[in-house]
Amino acid sequence: MSTVATPARGPRRRRKATKLKRRQTRLAWVLLVPSLAVVALVALYPLGKTVFQSFTDEEFLALNPASWVGLENYKDLWNDTIFRDSIWTTLKFTVITVSFEFVLGLTIALIVNSSFKGRGLMRAVMLVPWAIPTVVAAQMWKSMLQSNGVISDAGVRLHILSEPHAWIADPSTALAAVCAVDIWKTTPFVALLLLAGLQVIPRDLYEAAEVDGAKPLQQFWKITLPLLWPAIFVTLIFRTLDALRVFDVFYVFFGNRLGTQSMAIYAQSTIVGDGYVGYGAAISMAIFLVIALFVVIYLTSQRVVMR
Amino acid sequence: MSTASETAGRVVPPVSRSRVFWRSPLGKSFKRVPFYLLVVIVFVYALFPFAWALRCAFTPEGDLFSSPLQYIPHNPTLDNFKQAFQAEFFRKALLNSALVAGGVTILSLAIGSLAAFALGRFRFRGRSLVMYLMLSMTMFPSIAILGALYTMISGFGVGILEFPKLYDTLWALLFTYLIFTLPFTIWVLTSFMEALPGDLEEAAYVDGATPFQVFYKVLLPLLLPGLVTTGLLAFIAAWNEYLFALSFIQDPDKYTVPIAITSFVGESGSAFQQPWGTIMAATIIITVPLVALVLVFQRYILAGLTAGAVKG
Repeated sequence: MSTVATPARGPRRRRKATKLKRRQTRLAWVLLVPSLAVVALVALYPLGKTVFQSFTDEEFLALNPASWVGLENYKDLWNDTIFRDSIWTTLKFTVITVSFEFVLGLTIALIVNSSFKGRGLMRAVMLVPWAIPTVVAAQMWKSMLQSNGVISDAGVRLHILSEPHAWIADPSTALAAVCAVDIWKTTPFVALLLLAGLQVIPRDLYEAAEVDGAKPLQQFWKITLPLLWPAIFVTLIFRTLDALRVFDVFYVFFGNRLGTQSMAIYAQSTIVGDGYVGYGAAISMAIFLVIALFVVIYLTSQRVVMR
Repeated sequence: MSTASETAGRVVPPVSRSRVFWRSPLGKSFKRVPFYLLVVIVFVYALFPFAWALRCAFTPEGDLFSSPLQYIPHNPTLDNFKQAFQAEFFRKALLNSALVAGGVTILSLAIGSLAAFALGRFRFRGRSLVMYLMLSMTMFPSIAILGALYTMISGFGVGILEFPKLYDTLWALLFTYLIFTLPFTIWVLTSFMEALPGDLEEAAYVDGATPFQVFYKVLLPLLLPGLVTTGLLAFIAAWNEYLFALSFIQDPDKYTVPIAITSFVGESGSAFQQPWGTIMAATIIITVPLVALVLVFQRYILAGLTAGAVKG
């Protein structure tokens, strides 16, 4: 219990507390002004316009002006099998990449967090895949994954493969190929974020656990994980958000090839390729809703886990 | 170890040979073979693409895809690096990207840490609404908002509010990149703020410190590891951005790194025949300053840790 120096009587103290609370609330909003200004200046118009366009039949460079069509686009979207396929592809991509990135990233973060020689260099080097622009990384992997590329060549030479394989062209390995690139590129992001979360855990907690004779695995479950949950959830939310909006890698690998479209690729090909701005906006809204669903799931499970 | 097997060993005197082997130090290390195999696979997976990029950067253009593949170039060359450095737009792109990514990172950290102070240290009505509002900024695919952003940066007026014409300037990128860097910094920094012990600032408040003093004298130093990490990740996210840079920049002098790397043209001048060796050389070149950046800044990650030792 905190010892309050002034033994003030009930009502007075409460009034003081509410006054303090009101002051804090006002201060909080003042601190939020710059951020809210950025939202208003940068994001409000584009997002508002997307919402509006999704209810119109706007077309790129159309002769007649766009007209309000109500929920027409959304009705079409509901029966759009290409979009359904793209949701499915994106969901598979997201589940595979995020879970691999999380497990690998956490492992790397735990290793780098323990002190050993050269960990400074390791921390710098481990970030490098993330520092290569996605477009370039995707092209690099694409050339390696072609049937005359180095992966097939090395596989045949080491007798792992019986013949060269076109990993990207073959539909049965296309998703695995695109996941491999994303995991390679984005695990550093996850590792660095979790590492930062590990570093704010006070060292004396582990010392105390050591004195009490807790084993390393026990320390992980009882100290590390509970205190790491906030970092884990933020990491997972932003990774999932990015994975669900994946564009660059899919574009470099497959273009608009049917069957291997991500949701964002379908939105892009609808807006830019076909010029259906209104329908594309509805697709974007649907993407928004899918992402929102994931955010709700994460935040609900966070509340349950961190109780 | 398991006591059951030990007692069993005592009952049956001649312990089988294989069991002796698995208990010996050599056998114990054999048991860990699957683990080491996994480590090796992860290492190859992480590092092989770089080895290959290096190999491509040192291989003459004609030998790149020759069959059989040359794992180590027979006639190594520095031509690709020369070509990359000779391209003026590439050299300028390094500076442009540093400016844009650096600017947007500093801006996001400044604005975001204030917001994180509010969201992480105070409980008030509307708090979660603000959190979700920030997040929803990045929940749309970039392609959806591209058109509207284009309208905005090419001189846009709503009533009395007149937007300056930012098209084809680095300001356009600085401005639009906030859409994805700011929500990220706010959410991550807020989670760090929440993780700090609750009674930290109480002592300072009792001593009569103002909230702002508490913010930059008590909380900010403790948050340094978080600030550096978030800053690095936001910097690289901005450094990597492709679509906005491609759409809002025309002048080769203002290209950013991803645009510059993908605009190298081969000797034939055809857009379809990419000078792959040069592209790989350029890719190697751009990773060097970033590794240096991380090496410089990680001292502060550790510095933040020692600053955190305000026991009392």
